[in-house]
Amino acid sequence: MSGHANGEAGSHEVGSTGLFMKVWVWLLLFTAVEVLLAYFRLHPAIMLTILVGISLVKSALIVAYFMHLKFERLGLFFLLVPATVFCICMMLLVFFPDSIRLMNLRPH
Amino acid sequence: MSDTEFEGIVESPWSGGASPFAINSKKLGMWLFIVSDTLTFSALLVSYAYVRLASPDWPRPFEIWPAIAKSTAMTLILLSSSLTMVMGVAAAHRGDKNKTLKWLGWTMLFGALFVIIHATEWVTLFGEGVTPWSNPWGVPLFGGTFFGLTGLHMLHVTIGVGYLAVIAWGFKKGKWNADHVEVSGLYWHFVDLVWMFIFPMVYLMSVNLKG
Repeated sequence: MSGHANGEAGSHEVGSTGLFMKVWVWLLLFTAVEVLLAYFRLHPAIMLTILVGISLVKSALIVAYFMHLKFERLGLFFLLVPATVFCICMMLLVFFPDSIRLMNLRPH
Repeated sequence: MSDTEFEGIVESPWSGGASPFAINSKKLGMWLFIVSDTLTFSALLVSYAYVRLASPDWPRPFEIWPAIAKSTAMTLILLSSSLTMVMGVAAAHRGDKNKTLKWLGWTMLFGALFVIIHATEWVTLFGEGVTPWSNPWGVPLFGGTFFGLTGLHMLHVTIGVGYLAVIAWGFKKGKWNADHVEVSGLYWHFVDLVWMFIFPMVYLMSVNLKG
């Protein structure tokens, strides 16, 4: 890739090769942490919470930089993200209290 | 970027219906598709997480070597394909046709590699008697959720490789422009994003450390 953090006369290019490489390295680091966690015998509920937490950070990086949402109008963010988060929370609200209850009913 | 054609039409975010988001309709359409596909995968992942936590005897068949090593390599491949995709989109917006095609080629290669490694893994599992309906550990839901989730994702990657091939062909012919490449990039990054959830939730939650 030739130009780095340049505006490239006339083009609206946002984000440079260096920035994308940096995001990529962060994504790899987060993945490494996840794989490392697999070596510990954590309680499934705790393990799942940590893993999903890290994955949410990773997906935020992908959406913000690779998918350019950070560089779009704020209106697009408000169109897409709150509704999605709300719908996912509705799913969690129905399922999770019950699955944790079932887990705690186990005889051990 | 793609909003050049709308400059002048939209002076403020509230200036009316012409183009409130200052993006072309292709991009808005792809974003809305991605939201709906996110909810499809979320429903599958949430229901998987439900049965995973609620089942005391959930099998842990994935040993560090080779299953976890393989799926980690697949994660690396998919993340790298996302990087090459951004490079392709950047090159397309600069008007550099050769570099765009080169980066799209790398992205397709990584995508195909992902599908091939994944397919060999499926074949290994079939050999161990793990199918979508039954498995040696007596927890049929394991196969159902595993093949359901990874299968739908693999289908997305396969469609993505085809989609990129069509876009690369059209871009080479001059039929399509950088906006088309960018929109196909959105789809590709989304497929990468979904794997960022499937990999830890399906594989890392079922690691077999005893071996």
